[in-house]
Amino acid sequence: MADYPKDLLYHPEHDWARIDGDVATFGVTWYAQDSLGEVVFFDPPEVGAQVKQGESYAEVESVKAVSDVIAPLSGEIVEVNEALGDGPEKINDDPYGDGWMVKVRLSDASEREGLLDADAYAAQLD
Amino acid sequence: MVAAAETLRRTPLFDRHVAAGARLVPFAGWEMPVQYAGVKDEHLAVRGRAGVFDVSHMGEVETRGPDAERFLQRILSNDVSRIAVGGAQYSVLCREDGGVLDDLFTYRLGEDRYLTVTNASNHEKDLAWLRAHADGFDVELVDRLDDFAMLAVQGPEARTLLAPVVDGALPDRFRVAELRVAGAAALVCGTGYTGEDGVEILCAPADAETIWDAVLAAAVMPCGLAARDTLRLEACFHLYGNDLMESRGPIEAGLGWCCKEATGFVGSEAVAAARAAGPTERLVPFALTGPGIPRQGNPVIGGGEVTSGTFSPCLEQGIGMAYVPAERSAVGTELAIDVRGKHRPAVVKDKPLYRKDG
Repeated sequence: MADYPKDLLYHPEHDWARIDGDVATFGVTWYAQDSLGEVVFFDPPEVGAQVKQGESYAEVESVKAVSDVIAPLSGEIVEVNEALGDGPEKINDDPYGDGWMVKVRLSDASEREGLLDADAYAAQLD
Repeated sequence: MVAAAETLRRTPLFDRHVAAGARLVPFAGWEMPVQYAGVKDEHLAVRGRAGVFDVSHMGEVETRGPDAERFLQRILSNDVSRIAVGGAQYSVLCREDGGVLDDLFTYRLGEDRYLTVTNASNHEKDLAWLRAHADGFDVELVDRLDDFAMLAVQGPEARTLLAPVVDGALPDRFRVAELRVAGAAALVCGTGYTGEDGVEILCAPADAETIWDAVLAAAVMPCGLAARDTLRLEACFHLYGNDLMESRGPIEAGLGWCCKEATGFVGSEAVAAARAAGPTERLVPFALTGPGIPRQGNPVIGGGEVTSGTFSPCLEQGIGMAYVPAERSAVGTELAIDVRGKHRPAVVKDKPLYRKDG
C-alpha cells in the first residue's frame, strides 16, 4: 500500500516535489493521505501567490480534520490543479499523479539540498 | 500520546477493533475506534442498510428503591412519571442555574428500577451529582459502568438483519426489552444517535464479543466514532461538550421540549425564567452554501460560534450547529462563518439537516 516513488524529493511534513527544470509539482505523500483519511475538500491557493519552503500554502480537509499543506520548496505558483475542486478524493486515490496540487516556479535552487530522498523519507516514518 | 495511551480504558471489544484494522483514538478517557473502512462508507452504510458501533464507553447508573421515580423526577428535566415500565425517555440534567450537566436517556426497567445512560466524559460528575441530591429519598444509586458493554445497531435494515439472532420481538422505538442476543442476556433498547431506526444493546462485558461477532455475521458493517458524529450531526442531535455545556441552558440549546418545569426539577426555576424571557442566543443547524467545512470554535460573523461542524457525506456540503443571536436564528437567515479567516456563506436550516425523503 505505502508507496514513495524514487524520482521525487520529500519534505518531512509529508509533502513531495517533482522537479522539472525550474518548475516543480507539489503534492502530499501516501502517508499524509492515509493519515488524513478520505479527503473531502481542497482549498487551493491563487496562481501568482508566493510560497515559502516549510510554510503552509493550502489546506486539505477530511471529514474529521483540517490539515495544512506545507511547501517543500519556495517559489511562485504558476498552476493549480483545478480538478481537485470537484474531485478532492484524487488526493487519496493517486497522491503522486492526479492528486497533484500546484506547480511552482522555483526561486532558490539550493533549497532542494534540504529535502529527503524516498528511502530517507520512508525511514523517518518508522 | 503513547504515554497517555497506557492510561486509557479499553472496551471489551478492543481486540476485535484491532483485528478489524480500526484506527483507534483517545476519546473521553477511552481508546475507541474512530473508523474501520472509512467514514464515508460507514456513514452511507448506516443510512442505506445497517452499521454497528461499539459505544461501551457510555456510562450507566441504576436508580432503585421506593422513591426512585420521585427522585428522578426531582433531578431530571423531563416528566419521569410518564415513563411506563419498559419505556425510555430523553432528558437533561441541570444545575440550579439551569446550566446543562449532561443529556441522558433513562430506561424504566421495573416499577422501582431505572437505568440512566450517561456520557463517558460526564459519568463521574453525574454520579456525584445524583448522590449529592439523594438525601431524603429512599433510593439506592448504583454505578453500573463496569457492568455493561453497549453496541448500537443502526440503519433501515438493522432490525431485519438482527431479528434472526434475537430470541424475541425487538422493542419499538423508545421501548426497552430483556432479550437474548446470540444466546446472551441483553437489554435491547429502541434508541439511537444516528437519525435511523435501530436498537442499542446493553450486555455483560463478557458477552460483548459473542454479540459483536453475531451482529457482524448478520452483514452489519462495523462503524467508528467518526461516522457516529457525522450521522448525529446530520440528524441534529446534540453532543455534550460541543453543543451542550454547563455555561448554557436547555432553552437556548433547543431542548425546551424535554424540560417540564411543572415537575419542579433542580434548575426548573431558571429554565422557566429563560423560557419566559426568551434566550439571547439560540442553537441552530446550518449548511454552508458554498465550499468549505465549518469546525467547532469557528466564529459566526456578527456574533455567535460554531459548536459542531463537519462535512456531510449525504448532503456533500459543510454543515454544523452554532449558537447565534436569537434575532438571527430563524430558518433561512443568511450567515457567514469565519473558517480560519475565510468568510464562508451559510444559511440557517430546519431540523434535521438530512431527511430521508429529501
